[in-house]
Amino acid sequence: MTLSVLAGPAPATGTEGYAAHVARLGPLPLSTSALIDTIDRSELRGKGGAGFPAATKWRAVASRRAGNPVVLANGGEGEPLSRKDRTLMEQRPHLVIDGALLAAGAVGAREIVLYVGADHTGAIRAMQRAAGERPPRERDLLHVVSAPVRYVSGEETAAVNFVNTGIALPTSIPPRPYERGVDGRPTLVQNVETLAHAALIARSGDAWFRSLGVGTASGTTLISVGGAVPQTMLIEAPQGTTITDAVNAAGGLTADSDAVLLGGYFGSWVAASTAWGLVIDADGLRANGYSLGCGVIAVLPAGRCGVVETARILAYLAHESARQCGPCTFGLRAISAATGRVAALTSSDGDLDHIKRWSGLLAGRGACRHPDGAAGLLGSALRVFAEEFQRHDQQHRCSATIAQSVAS
Amino acid sequence: MSGRYVVAVDRIKCDGHGVCADLLPEMIELDDWGYPIILPGAVPPSVLPHARRAVSGCPTLALRLQALAARR
Repeated sequence: MTLSVLAGPAPATGTEGYAAHVARLGPLPLSTSALIDTIDRSELRGKGGAGFPAATKWRAVASRRAGNPVVLANGGEGEPLSRKDRTLMEQRPHLVIDGALLAAGAVGAREIVLYVGADHTGAIRAMQRAAGERPPRERDLLHVVSAPVRYVSGEETAAVNFVNTGIALPTSIPPRPYERGVDGRPTLVQNVETLAHAALIARSGDAWFRSLGVGTASGTTLISVGGAVPQTMLIEAPQGTTITDAVNAAGGLTADSDAVLLGGYFGSWVAASTAWGLVIDADGLRANGYSLGCGVIAVLPAGRCGVVETARILAYLAHESARQCGPCTFGLRAISAATGRVAALTSSDGDLDHIKRWSGLLAGRGACRHPDGAAGLLGSALRVFAEEFQRHDQQHRCSATIAQSVAS
Repeated sequence: MSGRYVVAVDRIKCDGHGVCADLLPEMIELDDWGYPIILPGAVPPSVLPHARRAVSGCPTLALRLQALAARR
């Protein structure tokens, strides 16, 4: 397995300290605006879920450097099926901090917020300790902020809002954070894994990063693999390899499977026969209507019901809605309730028809992408589990033989 | 010069009063929960007066006309 951000001492040895980090990788390279061109050529994408090109974000903030920019390293990681960010911060905090410092140098920021989910206690400790180990001129730029435990806390406007007001709820866009973010200043919000990759690209160059990928794909990416594998596992996969490769790297299948959840709770169900051959590459996946989101593959073991799993995820997402926008507050709640009835074999006339119609009514109708994520998941479930939805709704029968959850 | 506009809604401000759908039925309908579903695309010039009335009539000031050129 190609290792890049997870290279170095074995996970069992715990957090890599500053001295070991510098001994292994050398000192922090100088950061100039030329670094943005290097990042651009590396084809590094944001690893928080949206997959936006990192260099484009950096340029947008750098062009506003007169506004005294801020860098917000996003380690909120609210996705229940993901553990990559907390693990990375716990094991390689200095790589994340390097990336944040380099980004700050490139965009002209003199302040860095390290935003870490409050439940990721190991990561918070590691980041705080790591910040304290840095030389004073670096340490003085760094502020560790613990983010409320909530699905939407990691959404970029919610992260900015929390730093500004103590409320971790999304705000309406415009303005986007790069226009007006922390303290009203241009703010680069970048996922911690993205920053860790940037720290290595700054040292080894864009050609090196591209060479880590297979075929035309560039670099590596962290993936949490769960479900029908020996245990939920974090792997670092070369882009351009397949879902099958990732599952094998996590120990291989422990059961037959008919469906795979790609991209986590905002992702989509994919028929297993299709999923195995899919190539891990943002553009290729997007062309097929898929995304790995924040790097999640969850394999649904045969015998578990996709309708039940979907209902459980929708109930979670409805509960986690910020309840600021009507379509998400009421629409998602109604969808979740109806899907719950179908899953529990207690649906009444029209429930499934309502679900199908409503599933098309959520996208693009919130301040953030929460309703879009839920709608995407539901739409994929209606396609992949079409027969099972019918069986539940019409015959009040479930074909599951195991009553357990893929995400538990 | 009137320019081309789209109707945009601030989803957080919107409380689902539904006034917009009454004043601008050409472009806005309400979903099952009373929140606006806006027809995509530019507001036809003939409908612009209704759109302006809907914007000024929104009780929560959630509706606005966004100039298309200004977004580039």
